[in-house]
Amino acid sequence: MNNEGVNTTRRRFLTGATSAVGVAGAVGIAVPFLGSWNPSAKAKAAGAPMKVDISKLEPGRMMEAEWRGKPVYILRRTEAQVNNLEGLNDQLKDPQSEISKQPAYISGVGRALRPEYLVIEGLCTHLGCTPKFRPEVGAADLGGDSWVGGFFCPCHGSKFDLSGRVYAGVPASANLVVPPHFYENENVLVIGVDTEAA
Amino acid sequence: MSNMLIGLRDWVDARLPIVRAWNTHMGQYYAPKNFNFWYFFGVLSLVVLVNQLLTGIWLTMSYTASAEEAFASVEYIMRDVDFGWIIRYMHSTGASAFFIVVYLHMYRALLYGSYQKPRELIWVFGMLIFVVLMAEAFVGYVLPWGQMSYWGAQVIISLFGAIPVVGEDLVTWIRGDYLISGATLNRFFALHVVALPIVLLGLVVLHLLALHEVGSNNPDGIDIKKNKDANGVPVDGIAFHPYYSVHDLQAIGVFLFVFCAIIFFFPEMGGYFIEYPNFEHANSLKTPEHIAPVWYFTPFYSVLRAVPDKFWGFIAFAASVAIPFMLPWLDRSPVKSWRYRGNATKIALVVLQPHF
Repeated sequence: MNNEGVNTTRRRFLTGATSAVGVAGAVGIAVPFLGSWNPSAKAKAAGAPMKVDISKLEPGRMMEAEWRGKPVYILRRTEAQVNNLEGLNDQLKDPQSEISKQPAYISGVGRALRPEYLVIEGLCTHLGCTPKFRPEVGAADLGGDSWVGGFFCPCHGSKFDLSGRVYAGVPASANLVVPPHFYENENVLVIGVDTEAA
Repeated sequence: MSNMLIGLRDWVDARLPIVRAWNTHMGQYYAPKNFNFWYFFGVLSLVVLVNQLLTGIWLTMSYTASAEEAFASVEYIMRDVDFGWIIRYMHSTGASAFFIVVYLHMYRALLYGSYQKPRELIWVFGMLIFVVLMAEAFVGYVLPWGQMSYWGAQVIISLFGAIPVVGEDLVTWIRGDYLISGATLNRFFALHVVALPIVLLGLVVLHLLALHEVGSNNPDGIDIKKNKDANGVPVDGIAFHPYYSVHDLQAIGVFLFVFCAIIFFFPEMGGYFIEYPNFEHANSLKTPEHIAPVWYFTPFYSVLRAVPDKFWGFIAFAASVAIPFMLPWLDRSPVKSWRYRGNATKIALVVLQPHF
């Protein structure tokens, strides 16, 4: 290329301007291509909040719901089970759920809007298996007398209490996740949307 | 930093001749300096090809190739998939744009005799690209499984029934059924998204390699390689990069303005780019009232209508595609460009235009 008699400032400006427009164009065209990989309206509709009737749930029993393909455990705890929680704190990794995922309106050892009802995602925070509900106090395979009921993950042996809080000395490092939820009335639980947003 | 990049380039170059390839095809590929407007359409067809490949790949992510679900999956793309509408319109508009730029590109070759010696192979590869493109467009048009998809496929596939003796069996074989059905749709999908694009890309590479071997023709039809300076560089040539690469950016910019205007404001182009009956689900028992091929097949469709016999209509149709292949040998004029040719050629070329 012959560079004699060339106004280099102008050439640099034109090159820069052309490149800038080209980059803007490339970014613009990338938006629909990348954006179309997001969940479609159909997927979003399938993942919309869902209602669960909890009127038939007896104290001490657990039911399962499916939200966005994930199992959600709904556990109605007895008064004794709720009272036990506080005493377990020194055996747990994160008793106050400071590093665990839960909505801002969930706090304390009970991790529930209504102390009786625990709503958690049934996916182990270790590698995503579904922990088993093991309410029986003193189960021999789970440490005998020290076991006061909770969840046990069959994949790698993580243990959680009846608030979904993880025990110390197991592979999982965070408590089971509490999904966004609220109670529409006494008997209807809505999973997938916060109280505030509803 | 730039030292590292140069080092990396040299490391690769010692193992793969990237610098030589760059010089052969870009930096030291000398193109005639008198290119005009008509010479943009080769580059533009590459742009459209890339557009079709990208949008096509993205469409297959949400499309379902089955007679039961294809039509609904296209509507799913249009309504539910984020940005699905724009990707589909880019693809459907791109199909028509492809034929526009390719027809203009071919007409340029006719105007300036670009098919003549020594560019016969470029022309033959180009014609093969055109035939594959027609096949690609045809099988692609079947995929949305609307009424025009179905009946267009019905007409084109039935054409093969005009072949004596084996015709009917051939038609059944192509369909894979006694009527156009999911089996036909699935094999057309495979051809459209895998087989034909591979063939097309291979032909495009051959077309370009053949072009860069003999060099471009130009509006005057005078070979620039006959007049070289002391370094062996054609006196009337300029390096493709940066001169034409930058020059072509402008054409691409103008093209994209028009292309985007169509996508955003007239994606169906009044029924020419996407025909209205195709918004109805395919129905094997009812032909739409007004049936016409997409605009780019109109000349071939006219041939079929004009000949009052099924067999001879097919022959004429096949000939209309086959004869242009022989053009480099049919045209025995020593003059390339129409600028210096007789009035008969000029009139013939102008008369050809309205047929498209």
